[in-house]
Amino acid sequence: MLSVQGLESGYGRARVLFGISLSVEPGELVCVMGRNGVGKTTLLDTVMGVLPATAGMVAFAGEDVTRLPSHRRVALGMAYVPQGHATFPQLSVLGNLLVTLEACRGPREALEEALETFPRLKPLLKRSAGFLSGGQQQQLAIARALVTRPRLLILDEPTEGIQPSIVIEIEEAIERLHASGMAVLLVEQYLELALRLADRFLILDAGHVVHSGTAADLRQEETRRLLAV
Amino acid sequence: MEAFVNQLPIGISIGAVLLLIALGLTFTFGQMGVINMAHGEFIMAGAYTAYLLQDLTGRMAVIVALPVAFAVAGLMGLILERTAIRHFYGRPLDTLLLTWGVSLVLQQLARDLFGAPNVQVQAPAWLQGGIGTLPYNRLFIFVLALLTVAGVWAYLNRTGQGRRMQAVMQNRGLAAVSGIDTGRVDQRTFFIGSGLAGVAGVALTLIGPVGPTLGTYYIVDAFLVVVAGGLGSLLGAVVAAAGLGLLNSYAEFWSDASLAKVIVFAVIVAFLQVRPQGLFVLRSRALS
Ligand SMILES: Nc1ncnc2c1ncn2[C@@H]1O[C@H](COP(=O)(O)OP(=O)(O)O)[C@@H](O)[C@H]1O
Ligand SMILES: [Mg+2]
Repeated sequence: MLSVQGLESGYGRARVLFGISLSVEPGELVCVMGRNGVGKTTLLDTVMGVLPATAGMVAFAGEDVTRLPSHRRVALGMAYVPQGHATFPQLSVLGNLLVTLEACRGPREALEEALETFPRLKPLLKRSAGFLSGGQQQQLAIARALVTRPRLLILDEPTEGIQPSIVIEIEEAIERLHASGMAVLLVEQYLELALRLADRFLILDAGHVVHSGTAADLRQEETRRLLAV
Repeated sequence: MEAFVNQLPIGISIGAVLLLIALGLTFTFGQMGVINMAHGEFIMAGAYTAYLLQDLTGRMAVIVALPVAFAVAGLMGLILERTAIRHFYGRPLDTLLLTWGVSLVLQQLARDLFGAPNVQVQAPAWLQGGIGTLPYNRLFIFVLALLTVAGVWAYLNRTGQGRRMQAVMQNRGLAAVSGIDTGRVDQRTFFIGSGLAGVAGVALTLIGPVGPTLGTYYIVDAFLVVVAGGLGSLLGAVVAAAGLGLLNSYAEFWSDASLAKVIVFAVIVAFLQVRPQGLFVLRSRALS
């Protein structure tokens, strides 16, 4: 489904990723872990075309997308929820969902489905997104991505800085989406959550993949040490 | 008191003209952050469009010219965006110098095409006369400005294109990863913003002669309206334009034209000291 090979990128002269390779098979949930500043967000941004790749390749569903602009990748079935529960703050909750639905020319049912995933948003449809709580904004951010009916959902620290009650809802939603057959690429710092959700994981350090394996491997002491802050 | 009342329609119609010009700028400057110095020449192009249409349509030129000037100025803006401005996004100083150069070139082009002396556009007969001290032509501009505001508001808030435009301006990166073709939205934003300058140019033919430097006279004031109103805020632009128009006309009445400019400028500078973000800020948790 997603195949990344030898990916390099960075900001101006500062290189951040030094040849990352990974793959996500259809229906698989792959978790990317690592300390702050190791390049997790940079990796997802490059996979999505927000940052240009300086070397390497990104392929999705058998197509080389390395040079495609972000919106074309979305059209192919990739959806991205960036770090920090970003929304369009002055659009209403419904406006946030509609604008995405219209951009990908999706059917109205896709919007209803996304709302079923986060029913908490239903009474808030007319509210400005900027006035929601952080947790509600994150649910909206994920619902916005789901409106495109993606085949691969890419999430960057969806539970970061969010009240515990909503973290549970978000975790359950990801679990359900995964169970329904959606492939997920998840960046998550919270080990327990990663252990519950992931089929496979990789650990990044300083722009390299330093470890990868199955969830069972993740339980080992040695792997935990790599993640220690 | 009578002088005060007599001055009111002039102030309001100056405000309406400023508003028409500022509306275009809320797109290109307010939403996209591009300081387009050639915006004034798009106004001039709109005015000359009405002038040229006179041969075809006689005194109806002003009416026919509204949509035509929108298209003409819009296309000029689109070409400028595609060929030049888009290579300078995020570099305001370069953009400013570049578009200033374009502005001078367009003024010279107008001199070559239409001659340096001013030309006149005949207003339709039914726009002559007025109610009391309120001339019909100024009333027409006022109504045109209100309709344009309503149109812009409806476009931004009631259409898919407008929603995409807002999304891009509120969070460009998120818009791109939401599947929005941001480059295309930029083109459309520039087309509409520049097109509105053309409409403003047609309106200007009703209250004065048309010359190659027509746009330069209003452009600074219009930028001030957008800044004072709060970048990208439609309501802010309306209030600031009305305020600036009235201030301008009364300052001019009680002093003279050049002193009035100084007074207006001083008031705005003082205002921006107190409220650098302008009258209306688009506020939200995400931004605070
Ligand atoms: N916009 C940016 N400009 C320059 N450097 C950046 C930018 N964003 C992140 N970096 C740098 O890139 C490195 C990786 O950052 P990031 O990918 O955000 O890490 P993570 O998501 O793993 O915490 C860090 O050293 C960070 O300082
Ligand atoms: Mg990060």
